[in-house]
Amino acid sequence: MARMATTRRVVVSTIGAWFFGFLIFFPILWMVLTSFKTELEAFAIPPSFLFFHWTTENYATVQERSDYLLHAMNSIIIAGGSTLIALLIAIPAAWSMAFSPTKRTKDVLLWMLSTKMMPPVGVLVPIYLIYKTFGLLDSRIGLVFILCLGNLPIVIWMLFTYFKEIPRDILEAARMDGATIGRELVYVLTPMAIPGLASTLLLNLILAWNEAFWTLNLSTSNAAPLTTFIASYSSPEGLFWAKLSAASTLAIAPILVLGWFSQKQLVRGLTFGAVK
Amino acid sequence: MATRQTQFLARALLTPAVGLLFIWMIVPLALTIYFSTLHYSLLDPGSESFVGLENFRYFLTDPAFLASLQNTLVLVGSVLALTILLGIPLALLMDQPVIGRNFVRLMVIAPFFVMPTVSALVWKNLLMHPVSGLFAWLAKLLGMTPIDWFTDAPLLAVILIVAWQWLPFATLILLTALQSLDEEQKEAAEMDGASALSTFIYITLPHLARPITVVILIETIFLLTVFAEIFVTTGGGPGLQTTNIAFLIYSQALIQFDVGSASAGGLVAVVIANIVAFFLVRIVGRNLEA
Repeated sequence: MARMATTRRVVVSTIGAWFFGFLIFFPILWMVLTSFKTELEAFAIPPSFLFFHWTTENYATVQERSDYLLHAMNSIIIAGGSTLIALLIAIPAAWSMAFSPTKRTKDVLLWMLSTKMMPPVGVLVPIYLIYKTFGLLDSRIGLVFILCLGNLPIVIWMLFTYFKEIPRDILEAARMDGATIGRELVYVLTPMAIPGLASTLLLNLILAWNEAFWTLNLSTSNAAPLTTFIASYSSPEGLFWAKLSAASTLAIAPILVLGWFSQKQLVRGLTFGAVK
Repeated sequence: MATRQTQFLARALLTPAVGLLFIWMIVPLALTIYFSTLHYSLLDPGSESFVGLENFRYFLTDPAFLASLQNTLVLVGSVLALTILLGIPLALLMDQPVIGRNFVRLMVIAPFFVMPTVSALVWKNLLMHPVSGLFAWLAKLLGMTPIDWFTDAPLLAVILIVAWQWLPFATLILLTALQSLDEEQKEAAEMDGASALSTFIYITLPHLARPITVVILIETIFLLTVFAEIFVTTGGGPGLQTTNIAFLIYSQALIQFDVGSASAGGLVAVVIANIVAFFLVRIVGRNLEA
């Protein structure tokens, strides 16, 4: 035991941490509560925190009026599709750089990272015009493509840092035993790489699900994922707080759960391995 | 031992990723540079003509540019200050022996996973609405006049929303760094009679220098391009009060359809981001050696 924690210290820090944690979480909790109110109660002053008329009708209305499921499906296809394609391109690249590094590997990695630093708004005009020319505006395939490219550097970086931690000795042993590259990949590397792959997949899903620059600018209705769909509630006539809350709760719930599972990897992934 | 065969394979595996990223970087950027030298308005098709650096002169001398540059700097600076100044004590607190720390951590990290359009609209309506918002109710309860956030302090409102989204990120990174701090070093300092404050200043803070730098650089990259939060709350207004550079370029491109000027603005944004990226790449690059 490193330091003896006095009871008083535990009590004070526990109360403090819970208080501030609750404060930070409160807007989300408030949104979830509001989603179960009637529209009248959602506006009511003073607000009621728990003792209101609980109802699930907002959830039904959101689906009926605006086809929520279509947008949820778009989000799943766009986030899932872009993540899977990015992984397919990134796995071989990261594998190659981690296990057969050359003098230029470091430069290649840093160059890849630097593409992520380009502000999307800097290329908004050409991308918009290219998409317009090829009929890709408001299409799922167009969004899959652009989110995939946007996140590719992060995916490669994360996989690279994970692959690099796989002990080289094991590979050498496999090679001594005459394993071919194909066998080495399937029987030795893959099992050891699965945790890294899983967390890369998770983090990238979250980033793609919440991406709100390209989705807002390149989709309007048919291909609109949840980010764009929720933005439609910003119009003045859309002042339905309970329904906004219901739609929002549905939009963030799955990703919140995934996010909680991946919080350890989040630090590592988003800092490109600079903080572990 | 890398044989010629594996070397060839390694290169073949790397090529698709490098090629795609190269095209992704070069083609749109080249087009942006090309468009930036044209008089090119989507409202007036067929009138494209070469104008040299005229678009840059127009963009950089437009009063909207200075206003949006100032808003961008205020937004980035304030959010950085808020997330770090609140993140450090929060991370220190969570590093203490806290009962149910994992659950507290779940609550603290949650805002980071909320999509920007949701957090902006929830804050704008449910919390910051001048009549029915929770803040207005709290203000009245305390005998104060409720603030009409998006009329009287629109930029501050945007700053608060964005800071709420990024506080978890700063806190989590600082907490991760704190947990890797050598306990024995702190213990030794305490045994030698060092006060909590001097332990913090001479041991903890230097240890946090690097994660703080990382937080600043990564947040800056994302904060320079804050868009959705402005798009759904203020639309850049009232006037230009919440227009940042990203939003200015967007409105020139997709509201005024002035492709030439928006492209010039886009290049200005790229230059600004590259200055930040330069430092980040150096820091991360140093880490690659270790």
